[in-house]
Amino acid sequence: MTAPIRTTAPATSGQLATFWLDGDLYGIEVEHVQEVLRSQQLTRVPLAPTAVAGLINLRGQVVTAIELRERLGRPPRPEGTDAVIIVVRLHGEAVSLLVDSIADVVDVDAADFEAPPDTLEGQARDLIRGAYKLHGQLLLALDVQRAVSA
Amino acid sequence: MDGLDDIVEEFLVESHENLDQLDTDLVALEQEPGSRERLSSIFRTIHTIKGTSGFLAFNRLEEVTHVGENMLSRLRDGELDLTPARTSVLLQMVDTVRALLASIEAGGGEGSVEVTGVVAAITAAMDDTTAAPAPVVPAPRAATPAEKAPAKAATAKAPTAKAPAKAPTAKAPAKAAATKKTTARKAPASRATTTPVAPAARSVEETPVAVRTDELREGAHAVMPERTVEEPAAPAPAAEQADTEAASAGGDGQARRGVADSTIRVDVDLLDELMLLVGELVLTRNQIVQNVARQTDTDLIRASQRLNLIASELQEGVMKTRMQPIDHIWSKLPRVVRDLGLQLEKSIRLEMEGRETELDKTLLEAVKDPLTHLVRNSVDHGIEAPEDRKKAGKPAEGVLTLRARHESGQVVVEVADDGAGIDPAKLGAKAVQRGLLTADALSRMSPADILQLIFLPGFSTASAVTNVSGRGVGMDVVKTNIESIGGTIEVESETGRGTVCRLRIPLTLAIVPALTVECAGDRYAIPQISLQELVSLDAEKAANAVEEVGGAQVYRLRGELLPLVRLTDVLGLTSERHDGHVVIAVLRSEGRRFGLVVDRVINTEEIVVKAVGGQMKAIGLYSGATVLGDGTVALILDVQALARRALRTETTERQDSQKAALKAAAASETERQRMLLAAIGGGRRVAIPLDTVTRLEQVRADAVEKVGNREVVQYRGAILPIVRLDRHLGAYGETDREVLEVIVYADHGRSVAIVVEEILDIVDGEAAVRSDIDDLGLLGSAVLGDKVTELLDVRAAILAADPAFYSASPATTPAGVPASLLEV
Repeated sequence: MTAPIRTTAPATSGQLATFWLDGDLYGIEVEHVQEVLRSQQLTRVPLAPTAVAGLINLRGQVVTAIELRERLGRPPRPEGTDAVIIVVRLHGEAVSLLVDSIADVVDVDAADFEAPPDTLEGQARDLIRGAYKLHGQLLLALDVQRAVSA
Repeated sequence: MDGLDDIVEEFLVESHENLDQLDTDLVALEQEPGSRERLSSIFRTIHTIKGTSGFLAFNRLEEVTHVGENMLSRLRDGELDLTPARTSVLLQMVDTVRALLASIEAGGGEGSVEVTGVVAAITAAMDDTTAAPAPVVPAPRAATPAEKAPAKAATAKAPTAKAPAKAPTAKAPAKAAATKKTTARKAPASRATTTPVAPAARSVEETPVAVRTDELREGAHAVMPERTVEEPAAPAPAAEQADTEAASAGGDGQARRGVADSTIRVDVDLLDELMLLVGELVLTRNQIVQNVARQTDTDLIRASQRLNLIASELQEGVMKTRMQPIDHIWSKLPRVVRDLGLQLEKSIRLEMEGRETELDKTLLEAVKDPLTHLVRNSVDHGIEAPEDRKKAGKPAEGVLTLRARHESGQVVVEVADDGAGIDPAKLGAKAVQRGLLTADALSRMSPADILQLIFLPGFSTASAVTNVSGRGVGMDVVKTNIESIGGTIEVESETGRGTVCRLRIPLTLAIVPALTVECAGDRYAIPQISLQELVSLDAEKAANAVEEVGGAQVYRLRGELLPLVRLTDVLGLTSERHDGHVVIAVLRSEGRRFGLVVDRVINTEEIVVKAVGGQMKAIGLYSGATVLGDGTVALILDVQALARRALRTETTERQDSQKAALKAAAASETERQRMLLAAIGGGRRVAIPLDTVTRLEQVRADAVEKVGNREVVQYRGAILPIVRLDRHLGAYGETDREVLEVIVYADHGRSVAIVVEEILDIVDGEAAVRSDIDDLGLLGSAVLGDKVTELLDVRAAILAADPAFYSASPATTPAGVPASLLEV
């Protein structure tokens, strides 16, 4: 993996759309987010990488759904809880991410940014750019580009 | 243009195209007078027109092109320099040619178009190296602004004034006026003398041909009597491009007006967009129709039915706008065949059937190169040299046939030649030599399967690399290209008789008819282009009908063994069907058939193919996804990929299991053995180990021929020796059957056919009671299915048909029939 190359994590100010996943708060740049959907019918794709949860029908367009828990190496979502789907648009192509629940759009300041702690390991390290130290809560900045390239 | 002969029409179309090019060339030539290339190109064009016009007896056309050609050849050879004056007369010549062509097109003759003026001008421009340009150039220029300098114009008109006297046919003035109309259109309305011509010319467009000539003559005379005599070339030759274009537009407009008025040009992008929208509409329609089916409101149902109908018609209509006849790409091929034929010193006749068959423009473009490649291949490798053909008792002239037709929502395009065909044995040997497959694998392949080897990358059977083809790139590229547009290709060949390459192309890319099936609770779409038929077996039947050949499941579909692939296995899922029913979709890929076992068939519907992300493509099993009528997403199975993946592993597995079976058989004589039961007449039953059965076939009795005292049939391009089991074993079966039941056994590229009276069943050979009643050609007998059955000595039977069968591969005991296996 290419994780060690990232010595200077881009600390940017701006707006992040935030969401919850397995008890942590994550954020992605708001400009990438196209829309947020309630749970949708998923069509599974046999033999696809495990992070591919399936395909959804977004108003006639077929969009791949990535299970972010799987991507970040977290345990599967508990039974009976529905995922929320965040549709992001990257290079003109729509991809969707399955998360636990959606939270606010947060203004972040580059001054609050810190690179991921060295203790962060595994595949999550590749996907998390760093953390914004919010009041009483850490907001993990997700590298959405990497997250969807399952 | 109804009365025009095909040759003339073709000549006109071709010439018009050439002339357009000529204008560009001539103008460009002025910029770079030294360009030999352009001069040569112009020369060739004029030369072609001259040649054809002489042949078609258009004398004036010939005259003017002849003198033009003279000048061009001298220009080309550097004897003359290209001056603006000479360019002008050349352009003048082009206009005259155009006028003549227009006249021919309108009336079938050269009309009154005068050429002497141009001929004189060209001759003058050619002879006088310095002095001549002066009178020539100002003259035509003066002709256009005629009203401004009537005196000068008169000099230009002088030599042509005799025109009406010379050719006073009714059509002539029409021609003259029509050409003037062109000038009039482009000319500003303020020109007093030209404006009045316009209404007259317009009447040409609006009145029937028969009427308009007289009317026009009157009109033209009345308006400008002195101008009716003016030859059409006169207004145009002014070197300004605008006028040239006007003239060319006029030349075309005159003859193609009928077409031009009823058609418009549309940007292909716009059509693509429309197509996309229609795709969406079809999807929405599917959803609505499905939902409404559950409603009771009759008005709603009626409305939805109408929507259904209209959407279908709209879809069809939009698709039609993108359709073009295949002739668009075929029209280039006669030339290709002719040139190649000459180069290779072969005489080849190209025949085309179904040239009006239409398909989507995008697909047409995509098929062009593969098709050209196939044609070149046929000419180069397929059709033999004339002397070889004569030796083979065929006419010296080879025939290459292109066929196109619509067949169940697809376009089938065939490239067929009557050449030497492809020899499977040679082909197989080559494949082994190239290391593309093992000799062992080859020995198990049927001739038809072997033929498909030509699609392997890096395969070329040309014994010599020729200029034309045989560089080892070819059929695999053709195949990739065809598959990339959702089509398929297969090849059939009969040694000595010829080869047929058959392309199956979808009518359009965006919307395809598909079969939706269910597997493990999910739905999948299978494009109908690959689908041949559906077989549904209930539990009871399935238990008997689905058999195993060396560990691989097969179904006997009308006598032929159909390998079965379970979709659940391929996808790594577990079937949700537990009632034992088996639903088989019989699919065809690359000339091979296989049965895809699915849980159930839902229905057929038109699906709109949606692209899927790169990750999905990388899996290599899905060609896309679609949204079904109820809004769920379904994956579209890539049948080719599926076949490749499933059949290859099946084969290796089968080979592995066969090896294992051999070992096991050697170790234990109680090994279960599946046997094919056949009746041979006289109430006798014979068991044949299923391993030794390659295929079950039916052969017409009258197809049996004699070689020496042996019987043979022609089968898949090879000669298949026959042994009649009844005679071989001394039974007396019916001899006057029309159709023979045949068991084909193939090994190491050789095949024999064993004729039996009837195929009865397939049974397990286990627990059979054996006796040692030994007879000629038998290994013994056993009780199979409650009846005493003789065990065939397959080896002896095969040797009876083909004594050389095993000697061809002396290295091994025949893989399929080790003696130990037969001891049940």
